[in-house]
Amino acid sequence: MSSAPTPRVRVPAQAKPGELIEIKTLISHEMESGQRKDAAGKIVPRKIINKFVAEFNGKPFFEAEWNPAISSNPFQSFFYKASESGEFTFTWKDDDGSNYVSKNKITVG
Amino acid sequence: MGWNAGKPSRREALGLAAIAGFAALLAPRLSFADQQMVDAELKKLYGDKKFEAGKIKLDVPEIAENGLVVPISVEVDSPMTEADYVKAVHVFADGNPLPGIVSYKFSPACGKAAASTRMRLAQTQNIICVAEMSNGSLYMAKANVKVTIGGCGG
Repeated sequence: MSSAPTPRVRVPAQAKPGELIEIKTLISHEMESGQRKDAAGKIVPRKIINKFVAEFNGKPFFEAEWNPAISSNPFQSFFYKASESGEFTFTWKDDDGSNYVSKNKITVG
Repeated sequence: MGWNAGKPSRREALGLAAIAGFAALLAPRLSFADQQMVDAELKKLYGDKKFEAGKIKLDVPEIAENGLVVPISVEVDSPMTEADYVKAVHVFADGNPLPGIVSYKFSPACGKAAASTRMRLAQTQNIICVAEMSNGSLYMAKANVKVTIGGCGG
């Protein structure tokens, strides 16, 4: 790969208690499906991000298991009902065992 | 009795023709290996349980010009409380090399059981979405996407 996967996350910095917020995430990754053949006719080995986990203050609240059918540079949006100030941890798990992590703080009040 | 004994009546002949026609309609469906693969995946997850219609809003384009990047949004109607929430959502496709697209796990903290992503579709096919509620009930929704250029890179 040309560059290390870079996560980009959009979370509001502030929210009111009980407010429903939308979280949008994007990570640069080629998501090699394992279905493609190279010029020599050999199958390009699969290398995708197979799992995405969203946690708030260490407690997971949303998970996505991705299959090779997810597009390259995977986008994922979902919701969270803000209750208290704290920190989100977003983790992307690669087939090769590496984890890409993004942390985002939110102030609720 | 008597006048047409031994020969099928007009009504019987029509009945036989209808059965033959029905079998002909079913035959091409049976050759769709990928629909069977989706069914096999569903069976692996939920056994022989029945799926109900409703609750799921599956938002996919009717026509996707580029099969490499097809937006998909799923929303399941639920109050998302500790007592009643959406546990999981699974999305499958019946015309891709592999049937699975994505599986989501939700929790009451989500506030809303909705998620959007982008997928690859190899050809025109059906998207099948199932939702599992916290009380064990299951829902299913289907949508067809026409794909102009397939998304599997040959």
